[in-house]
Amino acid sequence: MTDLVIIGGGPAGMSAAIAAYEAGIRDILIIERDDSLGGILRQCIHNGFGLHKFGEELTGPEYALRYEERVRKLNIPFKTDTMVLDITPDKVITATNSDEGIFKIEAKAIILAMGCRERPKGALNIPGTRPSGIYSAGTAQKYVNMEGYMPGEEIVILGSGDIGLIMARRMTLEGAKVKLVCELMPYSSGLARNIEQCLNDFDIPLKLSHTVVEIHGKDRVEGVTIARVDDNKKPIKETYEYIPCDTLLLSVGLIPENELTKKLGIKLNNITGGAEVDENRETSLPGVFACGNVLHVHDLVDFVSEEAETAGRAAAEYINGVKASENIVEITTDGNIRYTVPQRISGKNDVNVFFRVGKAARNVKINIYDGEKPILSKKKVRVAPGEMESIAISADIVSRAKSLHFCMEE
Amino acid sequence: MKRNLTCIVCPLGCSLEAELSGGEVVSVSGNTCPRGKKYAIEECVNPMRTVTSTVRCQNGSVVAVKTDAAIPKKHMAECMTIINNAVAHLPIRVGDIIIREVFGANIVATQNKE
Repeated sequence: MTDLVIIGGGPAGMSAAIAAYEAGIRDILIIERDDSLGGILRQCIHNGFGLHKFGEELTGPEYALRYEERVRKLNIPFKTDTMVLDITPDKVITATNSDEGIFKIEAKAIILAMGCRERPKGALNIPGTRPSGIYSAGTAQKYVNMEGYMPGEEIVILGSGDIGLIMARRMTLEGAKVKLVCELMPYSSGLARNIEQCLNDFDIPLKLSHTVVEIHGKDRVEGVTIARVDDNKKPIKETYEYIPCDTLLLSVGLIPENELTKKLGIKLNNITGGAEVDENRETSLPGVFACGNVLHVHDLVDFVSEEAETAGRAAAEYINGVKASENIVEITTDGNIRYTVPQRISGKNDVNVFFRVGKAARNVKINIYDGEKPILSKKKVRVAPGEMESIAISADIVSRAKSLHFCMEE
Repeated sequence: MKRNLTCIVCPLGCSLEAELSGGEVVSVSGNTCPRGKKYAIEECVNPMRTVTSTVRCQNGSVVAVKTDAAIPKKHMAECMTIINNAVAHLPIRVGDIIIREVFGANIVATQNKE
Protein backbone atom coordinates (compact mmCIF):
# COMPACT_ATOMS: atom_id res chain seq x y z
CA MET A 1 0.00 0.00 0.00
CA THR A 2 1.36 3.39 -1.05
CA ASP A 3 0.01 6.51 0.66
CA LEU A 4 -0.10 8.73 -2.41
CA VAL A 5 0.28 7.89 -6.08
CA ILE A 6 0.48 10.78 -8.54
CA ILE A 7 -0.25 10.05 -12.18
CA GLY A 8 1.89 12.37 -14.30
CA GLY A 9 5.28 13.98 -13.65
CA GLY A 10 4.72 17.35 -15.30
CA PRO A 11 4.41 20.66 -13.46
CA ALA A 12 1.13 19.62 -11.78
CA GLY A 13 2.37 16.20 -10.64
CA MET A 14 5.69 17.48 -9.31
CA SER A 15 4.12 20.43 -7.53
CA ALA A 16 1.44 18.22 -5.94
CA ALA A 17 4.11 15.76 -4.78
CA ILE A 18 6.19 18.50 -3.16
CA ALA A 19 3.14 20.00 -1.41
CA ALA A 20 2.08 16.58 -0.07
CA TYR A 21 5.64 15.95 1.14
CA GLU A 22 5.71 19.31 2.89
CA ALA A 23 2.39 18.40 4.53
CA GLY A 24 4.07 15.36 6.07
CA ILE A 25 3.43 12.55 3.58
CA ARG A 26 6.56 10.52 2.84
CA ASP A 27 5.21 7.47 1.02
CA ILE A 28 4.69 9.04 -2.42
CA LEU A 29 5.14 7.73 -5.94
CA ILE A 30 5.04 9.81 -9.14
CA ILE A 31 4.37 7.83 -12.31
CA GLU A 32 5.47 9.45 -15.59
CA ARG A 33 5.10 7.89 -19.03
CA ASP A 34 7.85 9.96 -20.71
CA ASP A 35 11.57 9.27 -20.16
CA SER A 36 12.00 12.13 -17.68
CA LEU A 37 10.06 14.48 -15.43
CA GLY A 38 8.90 17.85 -16.69
CA GLY A 39 5.96 17.13 -18.95
CA ILE A 40 5.16 19.46 -21.81
CA LEU A 41 7.40 22.22 -20.37
CA ARG A 42 10.40 20.32 -21.71
CA GLN A 43 9.52 21.32 -25.26
CA CYS A 44 8.34 24.86 -24.40
CA ILE A 45 11.77 26.44 -24.73
CA HIS A 46 10.39 30.00 -24.97
CA ASN A 47 10.39 32.33 -21.99
CA GLY A 48 7.51 33.79 -20.01
CA PHE A 49 7.05 31.11 -17.34
CA GLY A 50 7.33 31.70 -13.61
CA LEU A 51 6.55 35.42 -13.28
CA HIS A 52 3.94 34.74 -10.58
CA LYS A 53 5.70 31.86 -8.88
CA PHE A 54 9.32 32.99 -8.95
CA GLY A 55 9.09 36.68 -9.88
CA GLU A 56 11.34 36.13 -12.88
CA GLU A 57 10.93 35.09 -16.46
CA LEU A 58 11.98 31.50 -17.05
CA THR A 59 11.86 29.20 -20.05
CA GLY A 60 9.78 26.02 -19.82
CA PRO A 61 12.73 23.67 -19.20
CA GLU A 62 14.09 26.01 -16.49
CA TYR A 63 10.70 26.16 -14.74
CA ALA A 64 10.39 22.36 -14.84
CA LEU A 65 13.95 21.90 -13.60
CA ARG A 66 13.27 23.94 -10.45
CA TYR A 67 10.57 21.46 -9.48
CA GLU A 68 12.52 18.41 -10.60
CA GLU A 69 15.49 19.45 -8.48
CA ARG A 70 13.19 19.84 -5.48
CA VAL A 71 11.62 16.41 -6.08
CA ARG A 72 15.11 14.89 -6.24
CA LYS A 73 16.33 16.76 -3.18
CA LEU A 74 13.37 15.52 -1.13
CA ASN A 75 13.94 12.01 -2.47
CA ILE A 76 10.36 11.71 -3.63
CA PRO A 77 10.25 8.44 -5.59
CA PHE A 78 9.26 8.54 -9.25
CA LYS A 79 9.08 6.04 -12.08
CA THR A 80 9.62 7.32 -15.63
CA ASP A 81 8.90 5.39 -18.85
CA THR A 82 5.94 3.98 -16.96
CA MET A 83 2.38 4.01 -18.24
CA VAL A 84 -0.71 3.70 -16.09
CA LEU A 85 -3.20 1.41 -17.82
CA ASP A 86 -6.04 1.31 -15.36
CA ILE A 87 -7.27 2.55 -12.00
CA THR A 88 -10.11 0.93 -10.09
CA PRO A 89 -12.50 2.83 -7.79
CA ASP A 90 -10.86 1.10 -4.78
CA LYS A 91 -7.59 2.78 -5.91
CA VAL A 92 -5.67 -0.12 -7.36
CA ILE A 93 -3.43 1.17 -10.15
CA THR A 94 -2.27 -1.07 -12.97
CA ALA A 95 0.87 0.22 -14.67
CA THR A 96 3.54 -1.08 -17.00
CA ASN A 97 7.17 -0.47 -17.90
CA SER A 98 9.90 -2.48 -19.59
CA ASP A 99 11.68 -3.44 -16.32
CA GLU A 100 8.73 -4.55 -14.23
CA GLY A 101 6.23 -5.70 -16.84
CA ILE A 102 2.66 -5.16 -15.73
CA PHE A 103 2.28 -4.44 -12.03
CA LYS A 104 -0.29 -3.22 -9.53
CA ILE A 105 -0.03 -0.55 -6.84
CA GLU A 106 -2.61 0.02 -4.14
CA ALA A 107 -2.94 3.65 -3.06
CA LYS A 108 -4.62 5.42 -0.16
CA ALA A 109 -5.03 8.55 -2.28
CA ILE A 110 -4.46 9.36 -5.94
CA ILE A 111 -3.75 12.67 -7.66
CA LEU A 112 -4.59 12.77 -11.35
CA ALA A 113 -2.10 15.06 -13.14
CA MET A 114 -2.05 13.67 -16.68
CA GLY A 115 -2.23 17.05 -18.42
CA CYS A 116 -3.93 17.55 -21.74
CA ARG A 117 -3.41 16.75 -25.38
CA GLU A 118 -3.97 18.67 -28.57
CA ARG A 119 -7.28 18.48 -30.37
CA PRO A 120 -6.53 16.37 -33.44
CA LYS A 121 -7.31 17.34 -36.99
CA GLY A 122 -9.78 14.47 -37.37
CA ALA A 123 -12.11 16.41 -35.13
CA LEU A 124 -12.16 19.29 -37.61
CA ASN A 125 -13.21 17.58 -40.81
CA ILE A 126 -11.30 19.63 -43.36
CA PRO A 127 -12.11 18.38 -46.87
CA GLY A 128 -9.35 17.53 -49.33
CA THR A 129 -6.46 15.11 -49.56
CA ARG A 130 -4.42 13.65 -46.69
CA PRO A 131 -0.82 14.39 -47.67
CA SER A 132 2.14 14.56 -45.31
CA GLY A 133 2.97 17.98 -43.90
CA ILE A 134 0.05 18.34 -41.49
CA TYR A 135 1.09 18.57 -37.85
CA SER A 136 -0.40 19.70 -34.62
CA ALA A 137 1.52 22.75 -33.37
CA GLY A 138 2.75 20.80 -30.34
CA THR A 139 4.13 17.99 -32.50
CA ALA A 140 5.98 20.54 -34.62
CA GLN A 141 7.25 22.11 -31.40
CA LYS A 142 8.66 18.78 -30.26
CA TYR A 143 10.36 18.19 -33.63
CA VAL A 144 11.96 21.64 -33.72
CA ASN A 145 12.88 22.11 -30.06
CA MET A 146 13.75 18.58 -28.95
CA GLU A 147 14.73 16.72 -32.12
CA GLY A 148 16.25 19.68 -34.00
CA TYR A 149 14.21 18.93 -37.09
CA MET A 150 12.22 21.44 -39.17
CA PRO A 151 8.87 20.07 -40.37
CA GLY A 152 8.59 22.44 -43.36
CA GLU A 153 9.51 25.69 -45.07
CA GLU A 154 6.28 27.44 -46.01
CA ILE A 155 3.79 27.31 -43.22
CA VAL A 156 0.11 28.07 -42.71
CA ILE A 157 -1.20 27.85 -39.15
CA LEU A 158 -4.85 27.11 -38.42
CA GLY A 159 -5.93 28.29 -34.99
CA SER A 160 -4.45 31.10 -32.94
CA GLY A 161 -3.96 29.31 -29.65
CA ASP A 162 -0.78 30.16 -27.80
CA ILE A 163 1.13 27.11 -29.06
CA GLY A 164 0.34 28.10 -32.65
CA LEU A 165 1.52 31.67 -32.04
CA ILE A 166 4.69 30.52 -30.30
CA MET A 167 5.42 28.16 -33.19
CA ALA A 168 4.85 30.93 -35.75
CA ARG A 169 7.74 32.82 -34.15
CA ARG A 170 9.89 29.74 -33.63
CA MET A 171 9.60 28.54 -37.24
CA THR A 172 10.24 32.09 -38.52
CA LEU A 173 13.39 32.40 -36.40
CA GLU A 174 14.56 29.07 -37.84
CA GLY A 175 14.17 30.41 -41.38
CA ALA A 176 10.70 29.18 -42.40
CA LYS A 177 8.15 31.49 -44.01
CA VAL A 178 4.99 31.59 -41.95
CA LYS A 179 2.41 32.91 -44.41
CA LEU A 180 -0.50 33.50 -42.10
CA VAL A 181 -2.48 32.37 -39.09
CA CYS A 182 -6.20 31.62 -39.62
CA GLU A 183 -8.59 31.90 -36.71
CA LEU A 184 -12.20 30.77 -37.04
CA MET A 185 -13.40 32.97 -34.21
CA PRO A 186 -13.56 36.78 -34.44
CA TYR A 187 -10.96 36.91 -31.63
CA SER A 188 -7.78 35.01 -30.83
CA SER A 189 -7.71 32.55 -27.98
CA GLY A 190 -4.01 33.34 -27.51
CA LEU A 191 -2.53 35.90 -25.12
CA ALA A 192 -2.28 39.48 -26.43
CA ARG A 193 1.46 39.49 -25.70
CA ASN A 194 1.93 36.47 -27.96
CA ILE A 195 0.08 38.12 -30.85
CA GLU A 196 2.42 41.08 -30.39
CA GLN A 197 5.76 39.32 -29.98
CA CYS A 198 5.13 36.21 -32.13
CA LEU A 199 3.10 37.61 -35.05
CA ASN A 200 3.43 41.40 -35.19
CA ASP A 201 7.20 41.31 -34.59
CA PHE A 202 7.54 39.29 -37.80
CA ASP A 203 4.68 40.83 -39.82
CA ILE A 204 2.76 37.55 -39.86
CA PRO A 205 -0.90 38.26 -40.72
CA LEU A 206 -3.60 37.03 -38.32
CA LYS A 207 -6.81 36.44 -40.24
CA LEU A 208 -9.71 36.42 -37.81
CA SER A 209 -13.02 34.81 -38.84
CA HIS A 210 -11.11 32.73 -41.39
CA THR A 211 -10.66 29.00 -41.75
CA VAL A 212 -9.00 26.41 -43.99
CA VAL A 213 -11.66 24.93 -46.27
CA GLU A 214 -9.49 22.59 -48.33
CA ILE A 215 -6.07 20.95 -48.18
CA HIS A 216 -4.30 20.39 -51.52
CA GLY A 217 -1.47 18.03 -52.51
CA LYS A 218 -1.13 14.29 -53.09
CA ASP A 219 2.01 13.15 -51.24
CA ARG A 220 2.96 16.43 -49.57
CA VAL A 221 0.87 19.49 -48.78
CA GLU A 222 1.05 21.88 -51.77
CA GLY A 223 -1.34 24.50 -50.52
CA VAL A 224 -4.54 25.24 -48.67
CA THR A 225 -7.68 27.15 -49.56
CA ILE A 226 -8.72 29.59 -46.88
CA ALA A 227 -12.00 31.51 -46.61
CA ARG A 228 -13.69 34.11 -44.46
CA VAL A 229 -16.60 32.73 -42.44
CA ASP A 230 -19.96 34.40 -41.81
CA ASP A 231 -21.61 34.88 -38.42
CA ASN A 232 -22.68 31.23 -38.44
CA LYS A 233 -19.07 30.11 -39.10
CA LYS A 234 -20.01 29.09 -42.66
CA PRO A 235 -17.25 29.75 -45.24
CA ILE A 236 -18.16 32.49 -47.75
CA LYS A 237 -17.58 31.19 -51.32
CA GLU A 238 -16.58 34.59 -52.75
CA THR A 239 -13.67 34.87 -50.29
CA TYR A 240 -11.89 31.60 -51.18
CA GLU A 241 -8.17 32.15 -51.54
CA TYR A 242 -5.46 29.63 -52.44
CA ILE A 243 -2.28 29.84 -50.34
CA PRO A 244 0.70 27.76 -51.51
CA CYS A 245 2.49 26.07 -48.58
CA ASP A 246 4.17 22.78 -47.72
CA THR A 247 3.06 22.56 -44.10
CA LEU A 248 -0.16 23.10 -42.18
CA LEU A 249 0.09 23.44 -38.41
CA LEU A 250 -3.02 23.03 -36.29
CA SER A 251 -3.40 24.89 -33.04
CA VAL A 252 -7.07 24.32 -32.44
CA GLY A 253 -7.35 23.69 -28.76
CA LEU A 254 -6.41 21.35 -25.97
CA ILE A 255 -8.39 18.53 -24.42
CA PRO A 256 -7.79 17.30 -20.85
CA GLU A 257 -6.54 13.72 -20.99
CA ASN A 258 -9.19 11.94 -18.94
CA GLU A 259 -9.39 8.35 -20.19
CA LEU A 260 -8.33 7.02 -16.77
CA THR A 261 -10.73 9.39 -15.02
CA LYS A 262 -13.62 8.12 -17.17
CA LYS A 263 -12.73 4.50 -16.44
CA LEU A 264 -12.91 5.37 -12.75
CA GLY A 265 -16.48 6.54 -13.21
CA ILE A 266 -15.60 10.03 -11.94
CA LYS A 267 -18.08 12.74 -12.86
CA LEU A 268 -16.71 14.95 -15.64
CA ASN A 269 -17.72 18.48 -16.58
CA ASN A 270 -18.97 18.88 -20.16
CA ILE A 271 -17.33 22.24 -20.70
CA THR A 272 -13.91 21.82 -19.08
CA GLY A 273 -13.57 18.19 -20.15
CA GLY A 274 -12.11 17.56 -16.71
CA ALA A 275 -13.45 16.19 -13.44
CA GLU A 276 -15.88 18.16 -11.30
CA VAL A 277 -14.12 19.07 -8.07
CA ASP A 278 -14.46 20.89 -4.77
CA GLU A 279 -12.04 23.57 -3.56
CA ASN A 280 -9.57 20.83 -2.54
CA ARG A 281 -9.62 19.58 -6.15
CA GLU A 282 -11.19 16.36 -4.87
CA THR A 283 -13.26 14.58 -7.53
CA SER A 284 -16.59 12.80 -7.07
CA LEU A 285 -14.59 9.76 -5.88
CA PRO A 286 -13.28 10.45 -2.35
CA GLY A 287 -9.49 10.32 -2.13
CA VAL A 288 -9.01 10.94 -5.84
CA PHE A 289 -7.86 14.47 -6.68
CA ALA A 290 -7.18 16.21 -10.00
CA CYS A 291 -5.06 19.25 -10.82
CA GLY A 292 -3.42 21.06 -13.70
CA ASN A 293 -4.47 20.73 -17.32
CA VAL A 294 -6.18 17.39 -16.75
CA LEU A 295 -8.72 19.32 -14.70
CA HIS A 296 -9.11 22.36 -16.96
CA VAL A 297 -6.76 23.92 -19.48
CA HIS A 298 -4.76 26.72 -17.86
CA ASP A 299 -3.16 29.77 -19.51
CA LEU A 300 -0.20 29.86 -17.15
CA VAL A 301 1.87 27.10 -15.62
CA ASP A 302 2.20 29.21 -12.47
CA PHE A 303 -1.50 28.64 -11.80
CA VAL A 304 -1.08 24.93 -12.52
CA SER A 305 1.58 24.75 -9.82
CA GLU A 306 -0.64 26.60 -7.35
CA GLU A 307 -3.63 24.40 -8.05
CA ALA A 308 -1.47 21.30 -7.68
CA GLU A 309 -0.24 22.50 -4.29
CA THR A 310 -3.85 22.74 -3.18
CA ALA A 311 -4.49 19.17 -4.36
CA GLY A 312 -1.27 17.91 -2.75
CA ARG A 313 -2.10 19.42 0.65
CA ALA A 314 -5.68 18.13 0.47
CA ALA A 315 -4.51 14.61 -0.42
CA ALA A 316 -2.24 14.74 2.64
CA GLU A 317 -5.21 15.68 4.83
CA TYR A 318 -7.25 12.85 3.32
CA ILE A 319 -4.46 10.35 4.03
CA ASN A 320 -4.22 11.65 7.59
CA GLY A 321 -7.92 11.03 8.07
CA VAL A 322 -9.18 14.62 8.11
CA LYS A 323 -12.88 14.43 7.32
CA ALA A 324 -14.21 16.37 4.35
CA SER A 325 -16.77 19.06 5.10
CA GLU A 326 -20.38 17.96 4.74
CA ASN A 327 -21.73 21.40 3.86
CA ILE A 328 -21.38 21.63 0.08
CA VAL A 329 -22.49 24.61 -1.97
CA GLU A 330 -22.87 24.03 -5.71
CA ILE A 331 -21.77 26.72 -8.17
CA THR A 332 -23.80 27.33 -11.31
CA THR A 333 -23.15 29.86 -14.09
CA ASP A 334 -25.11 31.89 -16.62
CA GLY A 335 -24.29 31.54 -20.33
CA ASN A 336 -21.76 34.38 -20.23
CA ILE A 337 -19.55 32.53 -17.77
CA ARG A 338 -18.72 29.20 -19.33
CA TYR A 339 -17.45 27.34 -16.29
CA THR A 340 -15.96 27.61 -12.84
CA VAL A 341 -13.35 25.52 -11.06
CA PRO A 342 -14.12 24.38 -8.43
CA GLN A 343 -17.72 23.52 -9.20
CA ARG A 344 -18.62 23.07 -5.52
CA ILE A 345 -17.21 24.52 -2.30
CA SER A 346 -17.55 23.73 1.37
CA GLY A 347 -17.08 27.11 3.02
CA LYS A 348 -14.45 25.69 5.34
CA ASN A 349 -11.88 28.22 4.13
CA ASP A 350 -11.75 31.29 1.90
CA VAL A 351 -11.49 30.13 -1.68
CA ASN A 352 -10.45 31.45 -5.08
CA VAL A 353 -12.92 30.43 -7.77
CA PHE A 354 -11.48 30.36 -11.29
CA PHE A 355 -13.68 30.90 -14.33
CA ARG A 356 -13.71 31.65 -18.01
CA VAL A 357 -16.09 33.96 -19.85
CA GLY A 358 -17.76 33.03 -23.14
CA LYS A 359 -17.12 36.30 -24.97
CA ALA A 360 -14.77 39.27 -24.81
CA ALA A 361 -16.22 42.29 -22.97
CA ARG A 362 -15.22 45.52 -21.27
CA ASN A 363 -16.35 47.11 -18.00
CA VAL A 364 -18.48 44.25 -16.79
CA LYS A 365 -19.50 43.06 -13.36
CA ILE A 366 -19.15 39.53 -12.12
CA ASN A 367 -22.19 39.13 -9.88
CA ILE A 368 -22.76 36.19 -7.60
CA TYR A 369 -26.28 35.36 -6.41
CA ASP A 370 -27.64 33.03 -3.78
CA GLY A 371 -30.97 32.29 -5.43
CA GLU A 372 -32.29 35.80 -6.18
CA LYS A 373 -30.14 37.50 -3.56
CA PRO A 374 -26.97 39.26 -4.80
CA ILE A 375 -24.10 38.45 -2.44
CA LEU A 376 -20.93 39.54 -4.20
CA SER A 377 -20.03 41.78 -7.13
CA LYS A 378 -16.67 42.44 -8.71
CA LYS A 379 -15.81 44.81 -11.54
CA LYS A 380 -13.62 43.66 -14.39
CA VAL A 381 -12.24 46.22 -16.84
CA ARG A 382 -11.57 43.67 -19.54
CA VAL A 383 -12.43 39.98 -19.89
CA ALA A 384 -11.68 37.57 -22.73
CA PRO A 385 -12.34 33.86 -23.27
CA GLY A 386 -8.61 33.27 -23.63
CA GLU A 387 -7.85 34.56 -20.16
CA MET A 388 -8.79 32.75 -16.99
CA GLU A 389 -10.27 34.99 -14.31
CA SER A 390 -10.67 34.41 -10.61
CA ILE A 391 -12.72 35.78 -7.77
CA ALA A 392 -12.05 35.36 -4.04
CA ILE A 393 -15.00 34.26 -1.92
CA SER A 394 -14.79 34.31 1.84
CA ALA A 395 -15.70 31.26 3.92
CA ASP A 396 -18.24 33.43 5.69
CA ILE A 397 -20.20 34.11 2.48
CA VAL A 398 -20.15 30.45 1.47
CA SER A 399 -21.25 29.16 4.84
CA ARG A 400 -24.38 31.33 4.69
CA ALA A 401 -25.27 30.49 1.07
CA LYS A 402 -27.43 27.65 -0.25
CA SER A 403 -26.09 27.93 -3.78
CA LEU A 404 -23.87 30.28 -5.78
CA HIS A 405 -24.87 31.47 -9.23
CA PHE A 406 -22.15 33.27 -11.23
CA CYS A 407 -23.27 35.88 -13.78
CA MET A 408 -21.46 38.34 -16.00
CA GLU A 409 -23.54 41.50 -16.36
CA GLU A 410 -23.14 44.94 -17.96
CA MET B 1 2.30 61.62 -31.97
CA LYS B 2 0.57 58.72 -30.23
CA ARG B 3 1.59 55.09 -30.47
CA ASN B 4 -0.55 52.12 -29.37
CA LEU B 5 1.34 49.14 -28.00
CA THR B 6 0.59 45.81 -26.39
CA CYS B 7 2.78 45.17 -23.39
CA ILE B 8 4.66 41.87 -23.60
CA VAL B 9 6.24 41.93 -20.15
CA CYS B 10 3.67 39.65 -18.52
CA PRO B 11 0.62 37.61 -19.57
CA LEU B 12 -1.78 40.46 -18.74
CA GLY B 13 -0.91 42.08 -22.06
CA CYS B 14 -1.99 45.64 -21.21
CA SER B 15 -2.93 47.97 -24.07
CA LEU B 16 -0.53 50.89 -23.77
CA GLU B 17 -0.58 54.33 -25.31
CA ALA B 18 2.71 56.18 -25.62
CA GLU B 19 2.80 59.90 -26.35
CA LEU B 20 5.87 60.83 -28.40
CA SER B 21 7.40 64.19 -29.04
CA GLY B 22 10.59 64.67 -31.09
CA GLY B 23 11.42 60.94 -30.91
CA GLU B 24 11.10 60.88 -27.12
CA VAL B 25 8.35 59.32 -25.02
CA VAL B 26 6.74 62.03 -22.91
CA SER B 27 3.94 59.97 -21.32
CA VAL B 28 2.63 56.41 -21.09
CA SER B 29 -0.91 55.37 -20.18
CA GLY B 30 -2.75 52.05 -19.92
CA ASN B 31 -0.03 50.28 -17.95
CA THR B 32 -0.89 48.50 -14.71
CA CYS B 33 2.66 48.42 -13.37
CA PRO B 34 5.98 50.31 -13.71
CA ARG B 35 7.36 47.56 -15.95
CA GLY B 36 4.73 48.50 -18.54
CA LYS B 37 5.93 52.08 -18.61
CA LYS B 38 9.54 50.96 -19.00
CA TYR B 39 8.51 48.61 -21.80
CA ALA B 40 6.61 51.35 -23.68
CA ILE B 41 9.57 53.74 -23.53
CA GLU B 42 12.02 51.08 -24.64
CA GLU B 43 9.68 49.83 -27.38
CA CYS B 44 9.42 53.29 -28.92
CA VAL B 45 13.13 54.09 -28.70
CA ASN B 46 15.00 50.79 -28.97
CA PRO B 47 12.81 47.66 -28.86
CA MET B 48 14.46 44.73 -27.09
CA ARG B 49 13.66 41.01 -27.14
CA THR B 50 14.85 37.88 -25.39
CA VAL B 51 15.67 35.23 -27.98
CA THR B 52 15.13 31.54 -27.19
CA SER B 53 16.29 28.79 -29.51
CA THR B 54 18.37 25.62 -29.64
CA VAL B 55 22.05 24.99 -30.35
CA ARG B 56 23.22 21.84 -32.10
CA CYS B 57 25.46 19.64 -29.92
CA GLN B 58 28.44 17.75 -31.29
CA ASN B 59 26.50 14.47 -31.09
CA GLY B 60 23.69 15.85 -33.27
CA SER B 61 21.15 16.47 -30.51
CA VAL B 62 20.00 19.98 -29.61
CA VAL B 63 20.16 21.94 -26.35
CA ALA B 64 17.69 24.71 -25.49
CA VAL B 65 19.24 28.16 -25.02
CA LYS B 66 18.29 31.78 -24.42
CA THR B 67 19.91 35.19 -24.45
CA ASP B 68 20.56 35.94 -20.75
CA ALA B 69 19.37 39.51 -21.37
CA ALA B 70 17.14 41.09 -23.99
CA ILE B 71 18.93 42.11 -27.18
CA PRO B 72 17.90 44.78 -29.72
CA LYS B 73 14.96 43.44 -31.73
CA LYS B 74 16.61 44.48 -34.99
CA HIS B 75 19.44 42.00 -34.37
CA MET B 76 17.24 38.93 -33.77
CA ALA B 77 17.89 37.43 -37.22
CA GLU B 78 21.67 37.91 -36.91
CA CYS B 79 21.54 36.44 -33.42
CA MET B 80 19.81 33.35 -34.86
CA THR B 81 22.53 32.97 -37.52
CA ILE B 82 25.18 33.00 -34.77
CA ILE B 83 23.17 30.46 -32.73
CA ASN B 84 22.69 28.19 -35.75
CA ASN B 85 26.41 28.23 -36.61
CA ALA B 86 27.48 27.25 -33.09
CA VAL B 87 28.22 23.76 -31.80
CA ALA B 88 27.76 22.97 -28.12
CA HIS B 89 29.94 20.52 -26.22
CA LEU B 90 28.40 18.00 -23.84
CA PRO B 91 27.80 17.66 -20.96
CA ILE B 92 25.89 20.91 -20.43
CA ARG B 93 24.34 22.28 -17.21
CA VAL B 94 21.57 24.84 -17.14
CA GLY B 95 23.11 28.34 -17.10
CA ASP B 96 26.31 27.31 -18.92
CA ILE B 97 27.43 29.96 -21.39
CA ILE B 98 27.31 28.45 -24.88
CA ILE B 99 28.23 31.61 -26.84
CA ARG B 100 29.72 34.77 -25.31
CA GLU B 101 28.85 38.38 -26.10
CA VAL B 102 26.06 38.33 -28.67
CA PHE B 103 24.63 41.85 -29.01
CA GLY B 104 25.26 42.54 -25.34
CA ALA B 105 24.08 39.19 -23.99
CA ASN B 106 25.42 35.69 -23.55
CA ILE B 107 23.70 32.66 -25.05
CA VAL B 108 23.14 30.33 -22.08
CA ALA B 109 21.76 26.79 -21.81
CA THR B 110 18.27 26.45 -20.33
CA GLN B 111 18.45 22.71 -19.75
CA ASN B 112 20.83 20.00 -18.60
CA LYS B 113 22.17 17.65 -21.22
CA GLU B 114 24.45 14.67 -20.52
